[in-house]
Amino acid sequence: MGQTENITLTVNDEQVTESVPVRLNLVDFLRNNLGLTGSHVGCEHGVCGACTLEVDGVMVRGCLMLAVQADGSSITTIEGLGENQRAADLQDAFKRNNSLQCGYCTPGMMASALEYVETIRNPDRDAIREHLSGNYCRCTGYQSIVDAVLEVVEERAKR
Amino acid sequence: MKAADFAYEKPVDLASALDLLNDEDRDIQLLAGGQSLMPMMNFRLAQPELLIDLNGVDELNFIEEEGEVITIGAMARYSQLQASPIISQHVPLFTLALPHIAHAAVRNRGTIGGSVALADPAAEMPALLIALGATITVISKSAEREISARDFFIGIYETALGNGELVKSVTVPKAKKDNVYGFYELTRRHGDYAMAGVAIAAGSIDPVSDLKIVLFSVSDKPRRLKDAEAVLDGKDLDNADAHASVKRALTKFEFQGDLNADAKTKQHLAGVVIKRTLEGMV
Ligand SMILES: Cc1cc2nc3c(=O)[nH]c(=O)nc-3n(C[C@H](O)[C@H](O)[C@H](O)COP(=O)(O)OP(=O)(O)OC[C@H]3O[C@@H](n4cnc5c(N)ncnc54)[C@H](O)[C@@H]3O)c2cc1C
Ligand code: FES
Ligand code: FES
Repeated sequence: MGQTENITLTVNDEQVTESVPVRLNLVDFLRNNLGLTGSHVGCEHGVCGACTLEVDGVMVRGCLMLAVQADGSSITTIEGLGENQRAADLQDAFKRNNSLQCGYCTPGMMASALEYVETIRNPDRDAIREHLSGNYCRCTGYQSIVDAVLEVVEERAKR
Repeated sequence: MKAADFAYEKPVDLASALDLLNDEDRDIQLLAGGQSLMPMMNFRLAQPELLIDLNGVDELNFIEEEGEVITIGAMARYSQLQASPIISQHVPLFTLALPHIAHAAVRNRGTIGGSVALADPAAEMPALLIALGATITVISKSAEREISARDFFIGIYETALGNGELVKSVTVPKAKKDNVYGFYELTRRHGDYAMAGVAIAAGSIDPVSDLKIVLFSVSDKPRRLKDAEAVLDGKDLDNADAHASVKRALTKFEFQGDLNADAKTKQHLAGVVIKRTLEGMV
């Protein structure tokens, strides 16, 4: 077996310390070592977006980061979003609009959509499409996902 | 697939990174944003023995304004460039092009130094740097040197970087009052690598002076369309003559096909992107 390193990080508000092989990528670490199987793995080369999750406040590809690189960082996965309610309105809107069918893309889509409604907030379908362009969905045809994101952007603007 | 095994080092300063890199016996890769290298490792197209992670080297992450130029550290990420007031004020060509480089989550990690060092013929950044007349500063344990973007990019994934050298920073001139810029690319999906694209910089456009038309993703590296630049100099940009001279210049340009499109299609697409860009500039 190759080089391993000890890492300490915060995952969904809980501190975790583990020894990991340096070649292990972040999404495999979360799924296999921590049992957080909400983040999905599609392509392992950054194209499909299924593994998108939040590291230190920004959305990244979990398949293109090594677990060892996450040492000292704070990570929020779809499981964490479920608990902390930050995306509760987005989850509702996805349900209302039928923005998921098989659900494979949904955790990554939710991460990208959340970044949009929290930081970009532009109620414009083209801008939403552009922001979600890195997330493939093979079921919905995207229309209903854009509907849901737009709805949440508009609702949040009223608050 | 998963990456093959490697040794991993994360130096905390540039000097230690250069020490590690100064090793001719091992197959070494620098890890910047990992947005190109990690896919290559997961596919096992790259199997480095040693991976030197630059993400702990803060000295390489900066955006600085000094006199007439802006200097950007190799580890500055695309998302940082997009958010930087220095860039939006002084490097308008970057502002035009950055939204087209990959997708938001990739831009949150990918770096300017990684794109420059990789020299993907389909990448935007090398073309932008040639259009701006940028300088690339590279450094090794023993020396530092400056290379013009024009000379830095040599071919497909090939650059002037030597053994033990890394990209330290990129320096671009600030835009002046009369400068005009244009950028356009054609992609299958927004954020994907372009099928054909162009970056255009002009000293002024009424009349045209100091024009640079840099095509990318149509050849082995970004290349200037010099024949058209020469003809358009001193003229009015958007007229039938201009478009005809661009068409003529394209017939002499050496196009190369790729997985997306053959050379003939690339030639057609190059005409389309130039026409749309010039129209947008006037
Ligand atoms: C889905 C997807 C879509 C993409 N679309 C585009 C696109 O449209 N346009 C585009 O341009 N790119 C695109 N990219 C690639 C992305 O822009 C990369 O971030 C970029 O090409 C490389 O930067 P990086 O920091 O990730 O470098 P890395 O992947 O970390 O490194 C790339 C190479 O450069 C070397 N390197 C890195 N830093 C240095 C340095 N300072 N000095 C010397 N060598 C160094 C590495 O050793 C490696 O060989 C895409 C990527 C993905 C995953
Ligand atoms: S698994 Fe990471 S982008 Fe597809
Ligand atoms: S819901 Fe099936 S891939 Fe998006």
